[in-house]
Amino acid sequence: MIACGALAHELVRVRDLNNWNHIEFQCLPASLHNHPEKIPEAVREKVRENRDHFSKIFIGYADCGTGGLLDKVISEEGIERLPGAHCYELFAGSEKFNALHESEIGTFYLTDYLADNFDRLIIEGLGIDRYPELKDQYFGHYKKLVYLAQKEDPKTEQKACKAAEFLGIAYQQELTGDTELNEVLKVVVNDSGPVSDKQAQG
Amino acid sequence: MSEEEYDDIDLSALPDEELVEQMHDDLYDGLRDEIVEGTQILLDRGWAATKVLDEALVEGMRIVGIDFRDGILFVPEVLMSANAMKGGMEILRPLLAETGAEPIGKMVIGTVKGDIHDIGKNLVSMMMEGAGFEVIDLGIDNPVESYLEALEQHQPDILGMSALLTTTMPYMKVVIDTLVEQGIRDDYIVLVGGAPLNEEFGKAIGADAYCRDAAVAVETAQAKIAEKRAA
Repeated sequence: MIACGALAHELVRVRDLNNWNHIEFQCLPASLHNHPEKIPEAVREKVRENRDHFSKIFIGYADCGTGGLLDKVISEEGIERLPGAHCYELFAGSEKFNALHESEIGTFYLTDYLADNFDRLIIEGLGIDRYPELKDQYFGHYKKLVYLAQKEDPKTEQKACKAAEFLGIAYQQELTGDTELNEVLKVVVNDSGPVSDKQAQG
Repeated sequence: MSEEEYDDIDLSALPDEELVEQMHDDLYDGLRDEIVEGTQILLDRGWAATKVLDEALVEGMRIVGIDFRDGILFVPEVLMSANAMKGGMEILRPLLAETGAEPIGKMVIGTVKGDIHDIGKNLVSMMMEGAGFEVIDLGIDNPVESYLEALEQHQPDILGMSALLTTTMPYMKVVIDTLVEQGIRDDYIVLVGGAPLNEEFGKAIGADAYCRDAAVAVETAQAKIAEKRAA
């Protein structure tokens, strides 16, 4: 599975839980999140590097802001990807994520990975460390931060809480666990047909 | 150049040509106070507002745009440059209005329903205004009704729509389909933009063009207006 680095911990955890020892992960840098336009070709390159070495290749990305361009690569390479628009939807499940989004469209989401790396990926990645005045420009319309927790960890929770404080917006935590991801991966591993968005809704 | 060296530069002591070049550098470095000061100095020297806008601000932002496209400058730096230009525009806007010069076109622009992201849209608005367009900015989270109301009220040449999310970009098609249903699609040039969009998507939803950045939006708007008027 060629996956986003932001999903690495969760993917390995689910693999180990199910004893899927035949699955190997290769991750692309999570920092590509800040440049989604670069994801499709980075994925294609990795697929071609590995095509001859594995019986099946699966892509551990959702659409992730590529606006369908990742799907184009996937179709051209004859492979499949994780369902949904982004990892928030993947972790929370489509139904829960849509409900969260509808209740407040100005919601900024964090996963465990993003909470742990908020300073590097968000503050530094968006240049807020260098230009603090940009914070309002980026986040002025956000009202709430929802931390979608994959595991209960007070340290990560504290970081997510601190991120909300930094942004000056309300904080909410939702424990998602790995259930949704586990269900989606079971379909992939059992190879019981294409993974559809519907299946991801759990 | 270091901050100390910047502090040493007395903008008012520079001849016009050097001051304009310095303003290009200051725009590049996102120095709003310096741009405000430089704009005022040029006006005090008798420069017309349009000349200050074109030669100092728009030309400076053109350089920023090129380096952004070439991967030399990144989003935070471009935003700082835009903020600096905004400082200059705030001084020039009332003066430009006083000249009574006809805008080269009118645009209604807004982020689509369900989407609160407006950084790209704001950049486009500012660059369009700098290029001589009248811009009516509807802000964020616009349902189709808001677009229709604004189109009827302002009768623009161009409708611009922006989206940052994969989940909200399909709403652009809802708006375009509504224009088609109402028989008014061809009354407007429809431009779309936003990080997850691409040319293919623009074509698929029936937009006139996808604009990958603010500079392209201006170039496309100018070209489309010229085409329309020549037709």
